[in-house]
Amino acid sequence: MFARIWHSDAFWMFRRSPAAIVAALCAALILCGAIFAPWIAQSNPYDLSSFSLMDGFLPPAWEDGGSSRFWLGTDDQGRDMISSILYGARLSMLIGIVAMIIATVLGVGLGLAAGYYGGRFDAIVMRIADVQLALPAILTALLIDGIARGVLPSSMLENLRVVVLTIAIALSLWVNFARTARASVFVEKNKEYVQAAMIMGQRPFRVMMWHILPNIMGPLLVIMTVDLASAILLEATLSFLGIGLPADSPSLGTLIRIGMGFLLSGEWWILWVPTLFLVILVVSINILGDFLRDAFNPRLH
Amino acid sequence: MLDVQDLTVKFPSRHGEFTAVQDVSLRVAPGEIHGLVGESGAGKSTIGAAVIGLLQPPGYVANGRLVLGDTDLRSLTPDAAHAIRGARISMIFQDPQTSLNPLMTIEDQLIETMQAHEDITTSAARARAIELLEEIGIRNAADRITAYPHQFSGGMRQRVVIALALCTNPELIIADEPTTALDVAVQSKVLDLIRELADNRKIAFILITHDIGVIKQITDQVTVLRGGRVMEAGPTPQVLDSPQHPYTQALLASVPRLDRKLDRFLVPSEVEEAAPPLVAGVDAEKWLLAGDTTNPVDLEVKDITVKFAGQRTSLFRRAESFTALNSVSMQVAEGTVMGLVGESGSGKSTLAKVITGLVQPSNGTMTLDGAPLPPARQRGRQDAARRTIQMIFQDPYSSLNARHRIGAVLGEPLWLYGLEDDAAKRRALCAAMLEMVGMEPDAIDKYPHQFSGGQRQRIAVARALLARPRFLICDEPTSALDVSIQAQILNLLKDLQDRFGLTMLFVSHNLAVVRQMSDRVTVLQRGEVVETSESEAFFTAPAAPYSRELLSLTPTL
Repeated sequence: MFARIWHSDAFWMFRRSPAAIVAALCAALILCGAIFAPWIAQSNPYDLSSFSLMDGFLPPAWEDGGSSRFWLGTDDQGRDMISSILYGARLSMLIGIVAMIIATVLGVGLGLAAGYYGGRFDAIVMRIADVQLALPAILTALLIDGIARGVLPSSMLENLRVVVLTIAIALSLWVNFARTARASVFVEKNKEYVQAAMIMGQRPFRVMMWHILPNIMGPLLVIMTVDLASAILLEATLSFLGIGLPADSPSLGTLIRIGMGFLLSGEWWILWVPTLFLVILVVSINILGDFLRDAFNPRLH
Repeated sequence: MLDVQDLTVKFPSRHGEFTAVQDVSLRVAPGEIHGLVGESGAGKSTIGAAVIGLLQPPGYVANGRLVLGDTDLRSLTPDAAHAIRGARISMIFQDPQTSLNPLMTIEDQLIETMQAHEDITTSAARARAIELLEEIGIRNAADRITAYPHQFSGGMRQRVVIALALCTNPELIIADEPTTALDVAVQSKVLDLIRELADNRKIAFILITHDIGVIKQITDQVTVLRGGRVMEAGPTPQVLDSPQHPYTQALLASVPRLDRKLDRFLVPSEVEEAAPPLVAGVDAEKWLLAGDTTNPVDLEVKDITVKFAGQRTSLFRRAESFTALNSVSMQVAEGTVMGLVGESGSGKSTLAKVITGLVQPSNGTMTLDGAPLPPARQRGRQDAARRTIQMIFQDPYSSLNARHRIGAVLGEPLWLYGLEDDAAKRRALCAAMLEMVGMEPDAIDKYPHQFSGGQRQRIAVARALLARPRFLICDEPTSALDVSIQAQILNLLKDLQDRFGLTMLFVSHNLAVVRQMSDRVTVLQRGEVVETSESEAFFTAPAAPYSRELLSLTPTL
């Protein structure tokens, strides 16, 4: 298995593409940092006893008045910026990855079935997708948030903010998967191996999952990467606008929103550090997505 | 006029340099048609691309002389090469669907080409374009010149492509498989046109083809290529009538003959790619004999009509339907092979799909083994016919799932039809079946892309046999394969038919192949049966005028 990946054309292209290698390293580093935040970070931004108000507004270490304890400075509460970002990235990436997985399962499932059955079912699914595309993600999030508020007691609601946000993001991303899966199924459906399976009388579910799905994974993997970046950005946007997570559970978007308040008062790092971090993360993932798109395109070999 | 000496073309890749063409020399005189023939990978197209200077990067000419008239083609600057391309050397491609720009009228494409190469006014260019189209056989050229490519039929479109190649009065035209995408009737007209142009205008042609019938029909000189090297070259009659090189002899022996039926093709060991079947796979043979495969069935289709929905012209009106098959009836007696022939669009494949249950007929009945055979929508997943009718497809590159190992592909029918419940026994049986069709049993753990087209087609045959079929449909099983591989696959199918007495429906556009395989022949034209007769009678004295035409137009050796 490992040897197969190592010798594949895609990996060979990867080894020769400096941009893809740098992007992969950045993304992997950030992912590891996010996963292992509780062990790496020197303080826990959720734990009031681990930081002190006395350390507030410390600039990065290389600036005048900076402290070597807080390499990228601290915010108004005295929280270490690096620790906040690692915890923030943890939440952002968790929401992004889970939303992307939900969107993949939902979108690919509907797209496969729409492409396979065609006709009326296809028309209905694709019209729903069109409607979904016309709604901005913020509206979807507001809608789901509103429904959740109406249905759930407010004590539960606070705990479910993450779930609501994840579902809202997933709902605004599934259309990409559905459209790509459907288009690929239209191509694969007429290939003879699928017809052979149909002639044998195999169940439609098996034909879709066992025969067609593995053959359309290439473009779907590309979309999964690109949409992971979109999901993280969407989460940041929604949190920045205050629709997403509350200020006491800082995701990258919340950190940027908090930093906005200090933009004009001289403490630039509180805004710029998380913003740059978000940019690096999203650009890395997008470069990887672009690379995968080329690697899976047989015409470019 | 064109003089190629010791041409060597190399393609660097991550696995080192690949030599596509090695030390090839050829000369083409004005008015001469020089055929390049060989199987896939022989380097025919690469030679054409090297001459016209359009080698796919990273390929490059490593060695040799390329001289056209008094111009050394290798020493040209990119600009000078561009000027020569089109003006002195033109190209005709295989597929007229893709070699014309669908968004431009024929007129614009012709005028644009002329004006790119010479200083000519638009009206003069138009006049010459019309003259040219008339010359190559497009009637009412003055009216039709403003049409778009899709408004012409395949053959007419290929004529337009030829006009496009001619409009700058080139000295040399490279025709890369110019008739492969066309039906025989159209092919024969296009070939006649090429011969005429060579004779009247003294244009030199390099004709690249895999079809020895085409070579025989129009070329003066022929070069036989294999693996990028010249095997044999000389005047066409001499090379084809008394081939000197063993490869040429083998190639000629494996071309199906239209004039007589052979029991087996001679496949000399040089081109054999796998061990011949017969001895191995005893277990698989026993297993097949133990089932009901040796008890063949007869099939009767009656008044089958298939209509496909057409384009909807208005929101409120039903779409006009297109009739693919019109009241087709056919009987296949048990243990015999029925050949189904016709040009593209005649409905051959549609009929095969109706029998397998992929296409729903709007009318008609089918009986298999005396019992009614339900059409697609009424045929349940558990219906016995799902197993007894099996199909071998045209394109071995797409008929096997690229993401599954051969073992998984082959085990599927055994598992699905409940023929063998034990996984270990399934695996053993698949390996034995691979041996029976002439493959190494260790193929079971490999993926389809690790095999050549001929080997994949053997795997597809094995898959069909593992369902213990009683009726086998072969839909153009060899038309994607080279002739020597085609001969092996046809031998395999003949052996299987002899041993198990399978009833077969053999669909093909290639009459010579059908003659080798079938006991009876049914001819389809535009969805209707034109003639059904015994094979020998059909090929010696066809009854219907359309059959006679088809037979007379097929290039022969």
